[in-house]
Amino acid sequence: MTDQAYNFAYLDEDTKRMIRRAILKGVAIPGYQVPFASREMPMPYGWGTGGVQVTAACLTPEDTLKVIDQGADDTTNAVSIRRFFQRTADVAVTEHTRDATLIQTRHRIPEEPLTEDQIMVFQVPIPEPLRFLEPRETETRKMHELSDYGLMHVKLYEDIAKNGHIATAYDYPVMVEEHYVMSPSPIPRFDNPKLDRSPALMLFGAGREQRIYALPPYTKVRSLDFEDHPFEASKADHACDLCGAEDSYLDEVIVDDAGGRMFVCSDTDHCAGRRAAGHVGRLGAGTEDVK
Amino acid sequence: MYVAVKGGERAIDAAHDWLARERRGAPELAEIGNDQIAGQLKLATDRVMAEGSLYDRDLAALAIRQARGDLIEAIFLIRAYRTTLPRFGHSVPVETAAMACIRRISATFKDAPGGQILGPTFDYTHRLIDFALLAEGAVPPPRDPETMPHVTGFLGRDGLIEAADPDDTEPGDLTRTPLSLPADRALRLQALARADEGFILSLAYSTQRGYGRTHAFVGELRIGLVTVEMEIPELGLSIALGEVELTECETVNQFLGSKTEPAQFTRGYGLVLGQSERKAIAMSLVDRALRWKELGEDFTGAPAQDEEFVLSHCDNIQATGFLEHIKLPHYVDFQSELELIRRIRAEALKQGTADTTEPEDRA
Repeated sequence: MTDQAYNFAYLDEDTKRMIRRAILKGVAIPGYQVPFASREMPMPYGWGTGGVQVTAACLTPEDTLKVIDQGADDTTNAVSIRRFFQRTADVAVTEHTRDATLIQTRHRIPEEPLTEDQIMVFQVPIPEPLRFLEPRETETRKMHELSDYGLMHVKLYEDIAKNGHIATAYDYPVMVEEHYVMSPSPIPRFDNPKLDRSPALMLFGAGREQRIYALPPYTKVRSLDFEDHPFEASKADHACDLCGAEDSYLDEVIVDDAGGRMFVCSDTDHCAGRRAAGHVGRLGAGTEDVK
Repeated sequence: MYVAVKGGERAIDAAHDWLARERRGAPELAEIGNDQIAGQLKLATDRVMAEGSLYDRDLAALAIRQARGDLIEAIFLIRAYRTTLPRFGHSVPVETAAMACIRRISATFKDAPGGQILGPTFDYTHRLIDFALLAEGAVPPPRDPETMPHVTGFLGRDGLIEAADPDDTEPGDLTRTPLSLPADRALRLQALARADEGFILSLAYSTQRGYGRTHAFVGELRIGLVTVEMEIPELGLSIALGEVELTECETVNQFLGSKTEPAQFTRGYGLVLGQSERKAIAMSLVDRALRWKELGEDFTGAPAQDEEFVLSHCDNIQATGFLEHIKLPHYVDFQSELELIRRIRAEALKQGTADTTEPEDRA
C-alpha cells in the first residue's frame, strides 16, 4: 500500500523533473558527470541516496523493480530500499533479473544479460575516477575538460611496475566512447565487460557528491589498460559450490572455526535459477534451499 | 547446509522492534514529552533547527526524542523531512539591527548605546554540578528584550571598518543548486550556517592557533527574536510571517592592508538559527579566514582558508552518512581485493623461492 503522505516515489514532481533533466544531459554526453541538486533522502548518504533519487525519477506505476546489493536481493540494504519504493510508489517488485524493468544495484551487475527494455541504476559513492589522484574537484573537472588523463595512466603504469598487475580490483576506471574516463562504481572488475555496448540504459547516481552520469544503450566502454598488459576480468578461481557455475562472480564464505571456505555465486537470483534448473555444485544438495 | 545470507527482511524488522524498545527506555518511568525537550533542552533543540535548516522547535524536539538524543541523527530526520516541503517563496532579509535582544555583548567597547546585556549565559557560572537541580528550584522572573544598534556601526562612521554595503544580488541556495566552486560569500555563509558545529569550532580554533590567523575580536554578539517578513506580489507589500530566534556574531579583525586594500578593520560574520553562540562565533572566524582572496591576503595553505576543503566537508549529514556506510556489506569489493592480493603474493613468493635457489644453481 502506498504511503499517502508522500508523492509517488517520495520526491515531488519538480524535483523529479530536475533529476530527469540531469539524466537526459548525462545520456546526451555519455560518461560526463552532471551536477544535480541532490536532495536529503530518508536514508543516509552512503546508503544509495543517488541511486534512490535516480530510481525515483525513472519509476512509473507500471514498472517492476529489482534491488540488489552485493548481487543479492535480500541483503539488508537491498531489502530496505525495495521496501521504501513499495511503500512510497507501490510498484511491483521481483527478484528475477529477467522480470525487472528497473534494477537498482550496489556493487554488482547481474550475471544474466540485460535487454533494451531494462534500466540499470547504480549507486555511486565517489563518481570522480580521478579523485584519489587529485582531491580537488576544481582540478579534476579541468582534467576532464582537457581529456588530460596522464595522471591515471601513470598510476596504472606504476601499479604494473611495482606489483606486476594493475592494483585496482573494483571501481576499475573505464574510457567511454574514447572521450571521458568514468568510474563504473565499485563493481568488481569482473563486471566491467558487461558495461560495454550493453543494450540496457545504465544510469549512475551519486547523492552526496551531487552527480549523475549515464551510459546510453550500446555505448562503447573500454577498461583502461596497456597493449602489453591487457585488461583482465578476474574472479576467484573456483566454481560455485551450490550451483556449479564456473563463469559467475563468487563470494567467499568462511563456514567453520577451522577456516573452511566455500564459494557461492554473489548473484543470488542467478544461483537459485541454476539450481532450480538442476545444476548442482560441490556442496549443493539439490533444490531444497531454493525458494 | 549453508544458507546464503537469507533473512534480511526478518533481521530488519527485529532491529526496528529492538530500537523502539530501547528508545522508550524503562517502561515504568514516564515518557519524556516534546514540550519538555523543547523547553528544557532548548539548546539541543536549537542546534537541531540550525543544522537541520528548519525553524520548527516542536519538530526538532520530536526528532531529538525519536533519535534518542543523538543530535546528528535528529538533524538528519529534519533534513529528510525538509526535502518533502514545498517552497512557496523566500523572505525579505531579516533586520538584525531591530532584533529584540535577550543577550548583547561587545568585546571591543566597554560600553555602547544600548549597553551590554549578559542574558542567559553560562559564561560566568562555575561549572560545578548543581545537585540542587535534582530538587525543584524557584525560577527568577523573565526580563523584557530590548532593541539596540549594531556596535560595528560605530566603527563604520569613521571609516575604520570595511563598508558592508547592502547588496541586492539574489543569493544562491545550496539546497536547490549543486555546489559549484568558487562559491561567493553568501553561499559560503549558507553552508557554514548549516555546517556541523564541531567541525566549524575546530576550524575556527585552528585559525586562532596560527593556521590562517585572522586577529578576531568579537565586535558584537547578540541573541534575540527578529521578525520574518515576506513580500506578497499580489498585495504589493510585505507581511510579517512570525518571529525567529537568531544568534548573530560580528567579528572585527585587525588588517594592516594588502596590495589591494588599505589598513582598516575587516569583518567576519556568523548567523545561526536559535541560540548558539559557540557556532556563531566560530562561523564568523571561518568566514573571515575564507575571505583571504577578496582582501588580497596570502593563501598560507591553512585548512580554514581552503574554500573547497571547508565547504566539501562541513556538512555532518554528508559526513556521517559516508563515514558510517563502510559498515554496510562490501563482500564483493573485498573479495576482489582478496583475489588480487593472493595473486600478487603467490607471484612474490614464487619469485622469493626462485631467488633463494639461485646461488645453489650457480654453484
